[in-house]
Amino acid sequence: MKPFQNVKSIVTPLDKVNVDTDQIIPKQFLKLVQKSGFGKFLFFNWRYDENENMKSDFVLNDPKYNGSKILVAGDNFGCGSSREHAVWALDDYGFSVVISSSFADIFFSNCFKNGILPISLDSKIIQKLLQESNVVEVDLENQIVRTSSEDIPFEINSHKKKILLEGLDDIAQTFQYEDKISIFEEKSTIPSVL
Amino acid sequence: MGKTLFEKIWESHIVVEKQNEPALIYIDRHLVHEVTSPQAFDGLRMNNRKVRRPDLTIATMDHNVPTSDRSLPILDQTSAVQIKTLENNCRDFGIKLFDINSPNQGIVHVIGPQLGITLPGSTIVCGDSHTSTHGAFGALALGIGTSEVEHVLASQTLWLEKPKTFEIRVEGKRNNPHAVTAKDIILSIIKNIGTAGGTGTVIEYRGEGITDLSMDQRMTICNMSIEGGARAGLIAPDQKTFDYLRNREYTPKNYESLVDSWKVNLKTDSDATFDKTFTLDINDIAPQVSWGTNPGMTCDVDESIPSPDEFSNGDDNQKRGAEKALEYMDLESGTMIEDIAIDRVFIGSCTNARLEDLIEASKIVQGQKVASSVSAMVVPGSQMVKKQAEEMGLDKIFINANFEWREAGCSMCLGMNPDILSPGERCASTSNRNFEGRQGNGGRTHLVSPVMAAAAAINGHFVDVRKLDLN
Repeated sequence: MKPFQNVKSIVTPLDKVNVDTDQIIPKQFLKLVQKSGFGKFLFFNWRYDENENMKSDFVLNDPKYNGSKILVAGDNFGCGSSREHAVWALDDYGFSVVISSSFADIFFSNCFKNGILPISLDSKIIQKLLQESNVVEVDLENQIVRTSSEDIPFEINSHKKKILLEGLDDIAQTFQYEDKISIFEEKSTIPSVL
Repeated sequence: MGKTLFEKIWESHIVVEKQNEPALIYIDRHLVHEVTSPQAFDGLRMNNRKVRRPDLTIATMDHNVPTSDRSLPILDQTSAVQIKTLENNCRDFGIKLFDINSPNQGIVHVIGPQLGITLPGSTIVCGDSHTSTHGAFGALALGIGTSEVEHVLASQTLWLEKPKTFEIRVEGKRNNPHAVTAKDIILSIIKNIGTAGGTGTVIEYRGEGITDLSMDQRMTICNMSIEGGARAGLIAPDQKTFDYLRNREYTPKNYESLVDSWKVNLKTDSDATFDKTFTLDINDIAPQVSWGTNPGMTCDVDESIPSPDEFSNGDDNQKRGAEKALEYMDLESGTMIEDIAIDRVFIGSCTNARLEDLIEASKIVQGQKVASSVSAMVVPGSQMVKKQAEEMGLDKIFINANFEWREAGCSMCLGMNPDILSPGERCASTSNRNFEGRQGNGGRTHLVSPVMAAAAAINGHFVDVRKLDLN
């Protein structure tokens, strides 16, 4: 996984609550067997009409936000399906930070496996970020979202921070504990399926 | 101090534990399907890794499979490739696969329990959020993403942050158990706690209103834990659980000695405490119908659609969410639920496509005809459910009423196969998500129980099933 780099970019304001992973990447695109190329399908049903023309009223289609790396949205972002394709689509589109007042658990976990930083901030701050057209800097090392007017601190579990900053491979980490896994298996009481 | 059932299962599966860091948790059962696994197997290949415990891993194909004639080739080429990819991956990595022609094929969360693969006190994962279903057996069952699927394939473990505990008590005895179903109980719970109410927690469902339920009904409850945002749902195993799993195809040989230890260990101690508690009385629950675009937007069948103001309780974001939902659903506040006409009916999904669901729905359908304005289908949750239903003659009841009777799969719950709504179509569905476009772009989903769906099919609009004779 690539190590997380601090980002500075205009913020894309997605003023919706309960954005579910079906909206982030609709099911017709889950049939692909690779991880790449999902960006063009991000928020597909909100971005395009039934004839696949761009909908001018959807925020991602506003040229002002081209190249944005930071998405801000309302409460409970990423709820619903466990599909990691949602994170692959955000990543492939160019987002590396998602800011919301809260995240669904599986989506939150999937972000860290792909070098995406999900930041939880108070809903009042989210409202402000949604309303203003901001250029924001996200500094993971110092845990700060820097706007033109203020430095907003954010919380992150130190273990998760390390994973992002160093781009660690989870599985390689786990293999260091292979002896412990084997010992556990020897005393496990749950029989094999077959 | 005593421990909760969740804490007992968690502690018995810790491989590595460090302060303020996630714990490495051992996984006893890994269920795999075609949609969320191909990239995980690719990752193993790229790093020259193998599957650590193929004997704890089971695969089937459910999301993409057509529910029409299985002897015909799959027309959607991308679906066909994904299904073929799972076959190849299972062959290459030595994983047992129930393929499209297997009598054991079906929705992964329906076949796990039916085959005796799901066990009390075990940890179960699957790259699917509705893995919470297996919690009905007292298993800690978690939906995971594809990176975690790869991690479990490689190591049979997962790094997990310990969730909080959430007790949901359902008190009382149902007056009308055929009309007020497990689906209505869980939709009521989600309406009350909200779609993020369970975030970061494992819910344990307790109380007489839960222990009275059959295993099929308990699975409906735990299945939708994720729609309340929870990491998992749990119900302590009891005699019904142990009887259900006895003598299944993959029930362990030492089953009775396992049962003896489960009886002692798998319950929440009387002096244990939960981080959070919510209680509701079963007799306050009516048949539920969702009116919006998430499973928290639900009301009683004899109510009218609330205004965004009433729904939001002063929260501006929720109010705007409700306004957008009503616009998408083409509904107005104040409309009585029973006045909403429907175009389609879907009885299926990992929430409500087990034998008991089909039996209950068939009682409403028996001797009736689907309204001429409605097209209706039944998609059994597994080929085994289908066979059992056919042995009871349920297929004839549905077919004679003009329902379509299909092969097993996820089908129109998420519409990855050809079973989808057309834009603007309104569907009474026994599935779990009423998200925008979930059942087809522009389609409008109303979540209901199997009996409510069946009654809506016959009448062409929603009907309060408490008024019908269901005994």
